[in-house]
Amino acid sequence: MSGRLDGKVALITGAARGMGRAQAVRFAQEGADIVAVDVCAPVDHATTPGASPDDLAETVRLVESFGRKICPFEVDVRDQPSLDDAVTQGVTALGRLDVVCATAGISSSGRATEMDSERWQTMLDVNLTGVWRTCKAAIPHIVTGGRGGSIVLVSSIAGLRGLVSVGHYTAAKHGVVGLMKSLANELAPHQVRVNTIHPANTRTTMVENPATMRTFCPGVENPTREQFETALQSMHLLPVPLIEPEDIANASLFLASEESRYITGVTLPVDAGHCVK
Amino acid sequence: MARMTGKVALITGAAGGLGRACATRLAEEGADIVALDLPGGRTEAELDETARLVRATGRRIVTGTADVRDLDAVVAAVRAGVSELGPLDVVVANAGISDNPGPSWEIDDEIWNRSIDVNLTGTWHTVKAGVAELDPAGGSVIIVSSTAAIKAVPGASHYSAAKHAVTGLAKTLANELGARAIRVNTVHPGAAATPMTLNPATFARLRPDLEAPTADDVAEVLATKTLLRVPWVEPVDVSNAVLFLASDESRYVTGLQMVVDGGLTQKVA
Repeated sequence: MSGRLDGKVALITGAARGMGRAQAVRFAQEGADIVAVDVCAPVDHATTPGASPDDLAETVRLVESFGRKICPFEVDVRDQPSLDDAVTQGVTALGRLDVVCATAGISSSGRATEMDSERWQTMLDVNLTGVWRTCKAAIPHIVTGGRGGSIVLVSSIAGLRGLVSVGHYTAAKHGVVGLMKSLANELAPHQVRVNTIHPANTRTTMVENPATMRTFCPGVENPTREQFETALQSMHLLPVPLIEPEDIANASLFLASEESRYITGVTLPVDAGHCVK
Repeated sequence: MARMTGKVALITGAAGGLGRACATRLAEEGADIVALDLPGGRTEAELDETARLVRATGRRIVTGTADVRDLDAVVAAVRAGVSELGPLDVVVANAGISDNPGPSWEIDDEIWNRSIDVNLTGTWHTVKAGVAELDPAGGSVIIVSSTAAIKAVPGASHYSAAKHAVTGLAKTLANELGARAIRVNTVHPGAAATPMTLNPATFARLRPDLEAPTADDVAEVLATKTLLRVPWVEPVDVSNAVLFLASDESRYVTGLQMVVDGGLTQKVA
């Protein structure tokens, strides 16, 4: 049986765990080789606990278990020279580049007017400028290949709506949508499509950590699993509190594959109905 | 593993380009099909051809004739299909009509009402009949709208209004049906390579400079309107988007407007 990404190579940032790992695994199941990038370390001013080199090694193991090749790199998306170097090395090793998933991101919280500059700036540097840097590193390789391609930027429901106490995150994720729409116009002559995915709260370390769980249950010092899930469920139309990383990977697969060959400039929520609730 | 194994899908407008493509694509992935379209010789012959294509994939199909403006007829046809194939998992409200009668203030009542009745009320009828027969475990409702719900089409306000309106219906349904694990999404094709779009009337409208314009003549014009420089999308592209929304791969996607248009609605200049 032929895979939906046979012969393709995908660059994925944030690939050590969570959505990035799920994308790497799902794409590998469908025949793609992977260039995997992750900082594999905590990020200052972020609530999200850092990934580890062991996490990235597990992604490598999973991709290889499907018989696919993977080139892992411990690189921070804020570091353009290292990112450029990693992508070039990966593309040289795997022969081409067709797909990009800009998935790396962090979370933190605070009211917009009370937040300190470092927290604001780190958020923009990682979640917006890091996406731009990823595209900048990757696009020349896709264009040079001359076969077109697909770029999937992982935004958030916060890229479509205003969420409270995450103004910096909301600004960055909206910014990704603007970047996507410009890139869709700029890259169409090269048959490169650019779309965004907008996950609601997903079962990853970014959401499932004590600090983030507390922000969903204001006034509760140590929320129980039940309190947390009740709060999350109230954001959704469908009877499900958390999206699974595999759901983001399936949407990414659709946008990465030829099945969506004429889809570009689209914002695709995977949000159990949050944005229309 | 096929992506629609064990599922049953209702598709209206199944004799035409997009409906047929949806029926065959979902069947290729393992779905059985309840296929509806208008009564009448030529349409029924086309519906038979859809049935032949579905059966060629090894799946079952029950065809029925009903005008989507006639709720009783739609309900009866849906029930007939369900009694043979079992409860529905997917509803694809695809039946629609389009024309380009001219400026909004000059459209006569009959033409206005026909578009609203078929494209909007017919969609509501389909959903009403379909949701009643959905499997209690949940399901996926897909309404075929248009890029005319996003970007204006001069000369076709009756169509644009109806296609905008179904997005309002979809968003409301998503709220009303979410707790029952029923998802509701819209698909918005740009120009699609079907007779509804590629016909002499369209050719003449897009190439008034030519005596007897052909598809090739309008392709040049239409390709300049999309980012990807494609004049139109093929029915299979719409059916692939419908497949994604129909399958469990999108189990947590609801309230989405899925645009399949080569970048028509995103093109800046």
